[in-house]
Amino acid sequence: MHDMSAHAAQHHAPPTSFIRKHVFSLDHKVIGKQYYGLALIAVFAGMVLSWLMRIHLAWGAAPIPGLELLSKNGAPAGVITPEYYLQLMTMHATIMVFFVLTTAPFAAFGNFFLPIQVGAEDMPFPHFNMMSFWVTFTAFLVLMASFFVPDGPTLGGWTQYAPLSAVGKVAGPGQGTGVILWAASIAIFCVGQLLGSLNFITTTLDLRVKGMSLMRLPLSAWGWFITSCMGLTAFAVLMPACILLILDHVAGTSFFVPSNLVLNDQLQPHSGGSTLLWQHLFWFFGHPEVYIAIVPGMGIVSHVLITSMRRPMLSHRVLIYSMGALAVLSYMVYGHHMFVSGMNPVSSLAFSFPTLMITIPSTIIVLIWIGSLYGSKLRITAASLFALGFVSMFVSGGVSGFFLAQPSIDIMLHATYFVVGHFHMVMGVAAMFGIFSGTYFWFPKMTGRMMNETLGKIHFWLSFVGTYCIFMPFHYLGMAGNVRRYSAFVDDYTMRLIPVHKFITVAAIATGCAQFIFLYNLIHSRFKGKPAPDNPWEATSLEWSTPTTPPPHNNFGDKLPVVYHDPYQYGVKSSTGDYVMQASPEQVATPHEEK
Amino acid sequence: MATTIHEPPQIVKAPPGNGGWRNLVPSEGSPRAVQYAPPPSSTAIWVVLFSITMTFAAFTSALIVRQGSSLDWRHFTLPSILYGNTAVLLASSATLEMARRRVASFMGGARSQVGSPARWLYVTLGLGLLFVAGQYAAWLQLKGEGFYLATNPSSSFFYVLTAAHALHVMGGLGGMVNVLRKLGQSRLRRSTLDATSHYWHFMGGLWVYLLLLLWMKL
Repeated sequence: MHDMSAHAAQHHAPPTSFIRKHVFSLDHKVIGKQYYGLALIAVFAGMVLSWLMRIHLAWGAAPIPGLELLSKNGAPAGVITPEYYLQLMTMHATIMVFFVLTTAPFAAFGNFFLPIQVGAEDMPFPHFNMMSFWVTFTAFLVLMASFFVPDGPTLGGWTQYAPLSAVGKVAGPGQGTGVILWAASIAIFCVGQLLGSLNFITTTLDLRVKGMSLMRLPLSAWGWFITSCMGLTAFAVLMPACILLILDHVAGTSFFVPSNLVLNDQLQPHSGGSTLLWQHLFWFFGHPEVYIAIVPGMGIVSHVLITSMRRPMLSHRVLIYSMGALAVLSYMVYGHHMFVSGMNPVSSLAFSFPTLMITIPSTIIVLIWIGSLYGSKLRITAASLFALGFVSMFVSGGVSGFFLAQPSIDIMLHATYFVVGHFHMVMGVAAMFGIFSGTYFWFPKMTGRMMNETLGKIHFWLSFVGTYCIFMPFHYLGMAGNVRRYSAFVDDYTMRLIPVHKFITVAAIATGCAQFIFLYNLIHSRFKGKPAPDNPWEATSLEWSTPTTPPPHNNFGDKLPVVYHDPYQYGVKSSTGDYVMQASPEQVATPHEEK
Repeated sequence: MATTIHEPPQIVKAPPGNGGWRNLVPSEGSPRAVQYAPPPSSTAIWVVLFSITMTFAAFTSALIVRQGSSLDWRHFTLPSILYGNTAVLLASSATLEMARRRVASFMGGARSQVGSPARWLYVTLGLGLLFVAGQYAAWLQLKGEGFYLATNPSSSFFYVLTAAHALHVMGGLGGMVNVLRKLGQSRLRRSTLDATSHYWHFMGGLWVYLLLLLWMKL
């Protein structure tokens, strides 16, 4: 028996076989890349599903060649049925929320860079870390398997509101096996995220290298740490909810199905269940999930912006505290998703107040970004452009949140395209821009090669303009009364909105095509890109202090670094230029030590 | 299963050093020279327990909401064997604490403990298995009274809560086997033993809470 240091405890020998090196790897860097690869597959799958929906909305009767091969009943002769439209929508949302927005900015980048940014050799529990990825991958396979069961995937939306999600196939195609697979997939996903959160929290608290105090952590590391704390709470609640939902299906229990429910002239064999119970359990997870998707992006773009501005944020501490406040408040606001559920108006006010409160830390963060950018000599790179795009999307999407936070307005706008526009901008596209920013910034360290900057900038402008063209009109559609989730237009007033839908569809296809520029750049640069120097952006944090690029198996070779400075010592006079690296013992003339 | 007893090692304690949330002061020198830092498992166990607490809080709130919103709730008497099971689980916590102290003093070099560091661990393992078997017997008893998983929401919650707890207890038993294996190989860390012990005591506390909840609500 022997007691070991924390760092020695998580050391493991370099793998020698292909399987241990690339498949069942314990190395956090490989696991991070695996998460990134999973998110990449998922995002293109989700994007194709959104194209199918958009084409159907714009040209409802137009057949889509080959689609009948995916579902003979859902798309006879290639024309999407209303039920199949809902199935595509549900899968698009589930794939994007869980397997892209949660997986890429948090699990992919966090796995690769958190241990390096704190100065560790690996996560403290590498086996749990490996399990975390493979469990998540299994969850993805289970979800995708629902495309191939007889009735296809569930059509209940990513929120899976009861009772229609809990009564079986009588509620429609995919509501039997499709829901069971959906709930099983999400429950499995929760296990993977809990294992990941365990590693992230202990890495941040226990594996920091000498001199790395909490306030010396880079903002990206803070983003991952705060997100892991949120994930620990949120996924631990969603998992039992999914278990209860599965039991309503397979065991005949009545957790979520009320008495005397008649569907398709059939009295359902359930009694006394609470439909609102599902909403409470789901949204207790669901609203923090918004921040689980966006807070890592906040950390990443702050990290990128500081490096590009060559100066620290106006206040490192206030930005961290604001991200923490977002995390805490995110658990107090979930009821604003249920304003139209018949809740007591006093309860609505009780949820409305913290919802408006949450705009305070959000606004502080935005003001710190903009105030720090003001007057800076920003280095324009693909990474910094996407970081600016993140800020833009977060502000544009966030403003509509002010309206939705008020019950009287939300009752009008609920379940319209206004809400769809709001969350796609503030959560979806903003988080995607965070992923792109992180990719262009860290790709050299991850692969040892540079991405093509020109292609990156073209990718940014097409994506930036394209996403505004797609999602700003959604707000107009919502205000015009266009209800979301409808696959066709039957009323006179919505018929007049079809040209807007056609415009959005064209924009969506064009913006989606622009993502293939990114994909080409990613793959081509991986193999043919210019060799990357160790520190191409002249950055200061520990990931740029590794002895090789990409980092060696144990990240720092024979000697762990010692941290001497705050993470962002830019705009100083040093032997290396206008910056001093965290691991450099060099004394700087004007250190940015925030008290 | 025999346990190989090795010579008790000497534990070298050095001041806290690299890593860990207690160290906020940068200093010079090679971090490789630092021999002690807080082991991650001592933090991880609290993270795990928090996560389990949230899961059972979700189940609890589901039970309270479900009971409060329905007219079909049927009360039933809890199987009497549950009280015996409770005594068994609490006793296992006591035996584990004795095991932990003996193993700790063995690891600290106390030769008087060399002969029996694992004995109380085996007793704890046996009591844990007895508890799980007792829970199974409680399910059979309830089934014999005509209460199945889908009979009534009250019985649904009984089966769900006790099964979820039993699964977590089985996880603790797995941890115990791991401790015994590592002790036998002289690879056991104090932090691993402490984490397993915290987890097991938490399972006992959680069960007492669940029993009270079930007793009040069912």
